[in-house]
Amino acid sequence: MHAVLHEHGLTQYYDLIQLEGAKGRRARTTGKTYEELDDAAFLQLYAKPRPDGQWSTELYLEGVHCAACIWLVERMGREVDGVVDARLDIGKQTAELTWDPAKIQLSTIARQLDALGYPAHPFRGAEARDLRRKEERALIARIGVAGAIMANVMLMALALYSGRMEPEFEAFFRWGSLVLTIPSIAWCGRVFFRGALASLRSGALHMDLPIAIGLTAGFVWGTVNTVMARGEIWFDTVATLVFLLLIGRWVQQRQRRAANDAAELLFSLAPSTARLVRQEDGEVREVPVERVKPGDVLEVRAGESIPADGVIETGESALDTSLLTGESRPIEAGPGDPVHAGTVNLASMLRIRAEATGTATRVGRLMQAVEEASRRRAPVVALADRIVPKFVAVVLVLALATAIGWAFVDVWAGLDHAFALLIVTCPCALGLATPLAIHAAIGRAAGRGILVKGGDALERLSHPAVVLFDKTGTLTQGRTELLQWLGADEAKALVLAAERSSAHPIAQAFVAALGGAVAGEAPVATAQRVSQTTGGGVEADVDGRKVLVGSPVYVAQRLQVPELATHPFVQELVAQALTPVLIAVDGQVTSAAGFGDPLRDDAEQSVRELQALGCEVRILSGDHPAVVAEVGRRLGLPEAACRGGATPEDKLAAVEEALKHGFVFMVGDGVNDAAALAAATVGISVHGGAEASLAAADVFLTRPGIQPVVELLRGARRAVRVVKRNILFSLGYNTVGVTLAMSGLLTPLIGSILMPFASLTVVTSSYRSRTFPKPSGTEPSVWAARRGR
Amino acid sequence: MSVLFLVIPLALLIVSAAVGAFLWSVRHGQFDDLKTPGLRMLLDDTETKARPPEDVAALAKPESGAGEG
Repeated sequence: MHAVLHEHGLTQYYDLIQLEGAKGRRARTTGKTYEELDDAAFLQLYAKPRPDGQWSTELYLEGVHCAACIWLVERMGREVDGVVDARLDIGKQTAELTWDPAKIQLSTIARQLDALGYPAHPFRGAEARDLRRKEERALIARIGVAGAIMANVMLMALALYSGRMEPEFEAFFRWGSLVLTIPSIAWCGRVFFRGALASLRSGALHMDLPIAIGLTAGFVWGTVNTVMARGEIWFDTVATLVFLLLIGRWVQQRQRRAANDAAELLFSLAPSTARLVRQEDGEVREVPVERVKPGDVLEVRAGESIPADGVIETGESALDTSLLTGESRPIEAGPGDPVHAGTVNLASMLRIRAEATGTATRVGRLMQAVEEASRRRAPVVALADRIVPKFVAVVLVLALATAIGWAFVDVWAGLDHAFALLIVTCPCALGLATPLAIHAAIGRAAGRGILVKGGDALERLSHPAVVLFDKTGTLTQGRTELLQWLGADEAKALVLAAERSSAHPIAQAFVAALGGAVAGEAPVATAQRVSQTTGGGVEADVDGRKVLVGSPVYVAQRLQVPELATHPFVQELVAQALTPVLIAVDGQVTSAAGFGDPLRDDAEQSVRELQALGCEVRILSGDHPAVVAEVGRRLGLPEAACRGGATPEDKLAAVEEALKHGFVFMVGDGVNDAAALAAATVGISVHGGAEASLAAADVFLTRPGIQPVVELLRGARRAVRVVKRNILFSLGYNTVGVTLAMSGLLTPLIGSILMPFASLTVVTSSYRSRTFPKPSGTEPSVWAARRGR
Repeated sequence: MSVLFLVIPLALLIVSAAVGAFLWSVRHGQFDDLKTPGLRMLLDDTETKARPPEDVAALAKPESGAGEG
């Protein structure tokens, strides 16, 4: 990367890094060719042609985080002939590129960005994002107009409040206020009237209804009084209400958007290319996955995920199917075996013949189940909305009582006071109470690596519930490790030598566990005549000794003994739900190794803390039942709470069954969890999870481990406490207002002092509460680091 | 004092011009990204000559590109 910078005279980058105070960061380059970006199919999907013959597209860039990144990306764009424009949005981590196809290809630009340490991905959420952008622009426009109107109506109100003036001026200011308020109500405030109407029609009353009542009351009575040239006009109050409430609405919209944007970026990371093998000459080419058709032959290298459902043509390898089935152990596969999209090829190169692509794959069908499950989920009424029916009824009854009571004195006075009551109870503070408190909490949570999509999830999370954990990747680390060694230690060096050259996951786990221990003792011998049997084991000569490492069946076969399944080593390891591997030296079984998926360090303590919060912890996994039972035993969970061998459909059914008895929080990471995540009261997707589970979940955690789950539940409870406190504040304020209005003491002046005061209390209470506190240690948050904060 | 009848509508006219300008800027995406422009203005604007794409392609090869950042 340094070379690239120097060649272009871009060393100013380093000054900028210092200017930003950013930590030194190792740039990651992938060296991909990005050929697929030049494909006509790709351009049609992701790029837009412009009238002048140039094209533009949006790319998601991994790793952009600071001012220096903006400078580099936008600078390189201008330096390269053929690139018309490059603009980076640091918040969304996307770059908008415009280029001239006659001079440069998109793949060249992408390779360039990659060389700088910003691997580029086609941005997949553009359509949904554009829609949200349009909505946000409309709301900002409304806020601006409402603000301008409020300021001018207030100026006129100030003149009116300030004292006596000639009647023609008074009439002028009153009519002026009326004319100015009309657009504020009719255009800016229309969102509330539309919301109120919809809530009346659906029968689910929410906050928009009392807001609409208050606004209507103020506007109607102000107009009546203006026309009749009597009483108070209330237009300044109405204009202020519209402005403040729109700001509350904007805050709500932004919090929803931030989490959705982040989820969509992760979508863009899904593999976008496949290596297509051309039938005629065997040439391999990168193409967009959308171009793959059934019958195509694809090359899948070790470490890549399989892009389509199909059958293996050539090659033998181990597959990680945990995404699809939850099974944590690698599956051996050879020619003729079926493979599924989304599984990862672990060991060596495969050629597969595609049979189903896109939505026809098993993953695609699962995604449809996800959509269906989330549609079926029953809506939960938000805390603040639950008091709306009572609130509206009480306000209307009190207004009526005021009107009737005062009518004995004077009919006009009765109407004046009744309308004053309706206006002063317009739930400005109440309307802001929830969005502000939730927004503050979600913002803090994001700083701790917990991304919450929408405030209702936080409310639901504050209740005790059944917490269902998927095993792979959540409770355990999701990888194979050497957990136990039985028998003679001297065989370790021999095993290491025999396994060193293999890419098999078991072999790699051997090397990872023994590499450090053995290297210090003696020079490692080299193995000769290494022969591997897929699904069996390894045979090799090390320093003239014959070493056999493999499954009991394989070792028994090689040693020509009837069976080894009853060997004490094997029995001991199987009892602990570990995968046994036997080691034989010179024809004698000397040692055995047990492999398993180790528990996360924080798992046990976090489970205790969850139970202390009143939650019931259960395990629901696609992994082997014996393995699940063992994990449950180590966590101290009752046997009935642990279920293994569950298919995605079983998981969905189990969640729906548990939902009959109360709230269910599902914590998972794989595609196999996605439908269950969508069906649960709250779905929580953990670090490193599949894109499908991110889309289905309400919350996703960017930090590994399950400690963030505990933090999330605690924070949610604190946030809901703040919401409740805010609601109490605003109800208290309303009581004062109602009392004043009923006793006939309320004037617009008092109202316009009370109202901002109440809103200010709510704002302060929301932003000063510590819902997701930073821990005392200085553990850096993944999220904050990514955003360069 | 009757000059108010002239001055206030005039003031409102000016306000509506400001509102119009605001609406224009919203519609043209001035409020879409509130973070990047603040950082962008820190960067100097020195012009350099454009490079032909082949040169860039050569630079972007992994051998010369990989390294520390």
